[in-house]
Amino acid sequence: MALPATRPTAAIPAGAALSAEQLLEIYYYLRLTRTLEERLVALYRQTKVIGGLFRSLGQEGESVASAFALERGRNKDILSPLIRNLGSLLVMGAQPIEILRQYMAKADSPTRGRELNVHFNDLEKGYLGQISHLGDMIPVMAGIALSFRMRHEPRVGLVYIGDGGTSTGTFHEGLNLAAVQRLPLVVIGEYNHWAYSTPPEKQFAVKDLADKAKGYGIPAVTVDGNDVFAVYEATKFAVERARRGKGVHFIEVKTYRRKGHAEHDDQHYVPKDVLDRWASENDPVDRYVQRLLSADLVAEADLKDIDERVRVEVDQATDACVDEPLPSAETALPGVYVDPPAADKHWFKAL
Amino acid sequence: MAPREITFLEALRQGLWEEMERDERVFILGEDVGAYGGAFKVTDGFAKKFGESRVIDTPIAEAAIVGAAAGAAHMGLRPVAEMQFIDFISCAYDMLTNYVATARYRAGLSTPMVVRGPCGGYVRGGPFHSQNPEAAFLHTPGLKIVYPATARDAKGLIKASIRDEDPVLYLEHKWLYRRIKEQLPEGEEILTPIGQARVAREGKHLSIITYGATVWKSLEAADKLEKADGLAVEVLDLRTLLPMDDAAIVATVQKTNKVLIVHEDTRTGGIAGEIAARINEQAFEWLDGPIMRVTAHDVPIPYAPTLEDFVLPQTDDIVKAARWLAAY
Repeated sequence: MALPATRPTAAIPAGAALSAEQLLEIYYYLRLTRTLEERLVALYRQTKVIGGLFRSLGQEGESVASAFALERGRNKDILSPLIRNLGSLLVMGAQPIEILRQYMAKADSPTRGRELNVHFNDLEKGYLGQISHLGDMIPVMAGIALSFRMRHEPRVGLVYIGDGGTSTGTFHEGLNLAAVQRLPLVVIGEYNHWAYSTPPEKQFAVKDLADKAKGYGIPAVTVDGNDVFAVYEATKFAVERARRGKGVHFIEVKTYRRKGHAEHDDQHYVPKDVLDRWASENDPVDRYVQRLLSADLVAEADLKDIDERVRVEVDQATDACVDEPLPSAETALPGVYVDPPAADKHWFKAL
Repeated sequence: MAPREITFLEALRQGLWEEMERDERVFILGEDVGAYGGAFKVTDGFAKKFGESRVIDTPIAEAAIVGAAAGAAHMGLRPVAEMQFIDFISCAYDMLTNYVATARYRAGLSTPMVVRGPCGGYVRGGPFHSQNPEAAFLHTPGLKIVYPATARDAKGLIKASIRDEDPVLYLEHKWLYRRIKEQLPEGEEILTPIGQARVAREGKHLSIITYGATVWKSLEAADKLEKADGLAVEVLDLRTLLPMDDAAIVATVQKTNKVLIVHEDTRTGGIAGEIAARINEQAFEWLDGPIMRVTAHDVPIPYAPTLEDFVLPQTDDIVKAARWLAAY
């Protein structure tokens, strides 16, 4: 299997126009994503993670860069991340301790032990958790974008879909509705080459995901997903275009899933030499650092400081929550509805 | 001002209209709901009055309609999504059961939205324009299901559904749309509380528990049984299927001690089974006979009048079943 082509990115795109401070902030989120996931691996091996662990190794660049192109803050833009968009979630303000608590099903996790991993939300900060049914978040985010338009708010929605997810009906229904209504929605199509164990050629007969979007009359572009600058620039353009009322935009990011579907999956179906080449030649964090340093955009010492800061933050977050209790059993009953406030407890529980 | 007699459909339309006028967060989306006014004209005139931004014609895409409604509801709007025929709600089954119904519990998301549409048979609609989908959603915690039988409740329940903080599935029987007429007071706000059944007819010998179009067939049967057999049959109109009004069900069982459950949906896995189980658990000692069911046969709803009339429960079926049970 040939290494999929990635565009050389010698020059920093003109539209990227990022300050040194912003460049370092992006680096912080890249490093935080990777370090936090490495910590989760350790916790998974200690059986402290209750369910599966999903890595975004190799995809941190497109996650962080696309989210970074949004307006952040209270009641600004909203995105909906997938399982491999931990970086997007962190950029929007989710805290490492929240992620750790979610994975460990702690009582004080954002969903109080009801939902897994990155499936949680904070609409004010600007993220809406996915459900496991891929594609469903496209119509839902179209509805959020619809609310922005109905209220004449200059806000934008952004939603991710994987290469496998573009096979679902809800992806197509949602994309079409958003296109017809010209909603302020940006869709990031993540071509990471694997849908669990299924390669693209068994998933669709088009070459690029962008071809699918074009079929709905949506402008679509394909970019090197491991080039932070390229993803940022493309997303920034699409987001501001949507904000001006020009409708949906689709950005395909070509990247590579460098771990199995989840931690249990040894990805024996992926050629090792391909993995090695993506790791050694096309790691998004390495490429970003090289670009920053070769163009003298930041000082190496600043990056080292961030590495240390991230290490301390992840340590502190872990220490703060690792021994916290799971939710008590009967907290399972309230909150299905506002009214009635709690589900009935079964009669045999009282025997 | 003298009360005016209006149809079930007009009552529903008034309820929608009043809520659109009262609350600018309320909007409608669905297929052909705008310029055309809906396949049954429930939203006739709405686009002209409220504008295209609040009465949105969508592509033929039920999952997208429901999903977009959910997203807008999260943001504080109050969408009312129309299924052109409720048969097509199955295309949005995933979105309703996995996304919408779980949203509050799993993620603390508020999703105040209504999904409504014409259901039911007796109109020669064939397999895909006659369905009753309630049983498919009854075992989904997080949804509410209302199913009005009267014009008053058509209006009162659509208004209550729109104001509810949780997602409501509002089932409107198309056989009732223009058949049922009722005088409704003008200038009085009609709100029917969700979760409360209604005694449609008082009786003491036997209870019929039902909802939707078969409320009327059961009332007709009760009339016949009174005249021919001297039986006083109580008819309980559930009005809300989820959450179910257990207290009203138990009360009627305690009063008459015999229960016939009548619904238009098919039998196996139908709501009658759930009602029977609840009576068994909560009022077993009050029963003087088996809980019996009159439902559709377990087949898709056929088109030809001879076939449809045989498959769906008719007034005479209810009369015969009730007579059998009364004599038990």
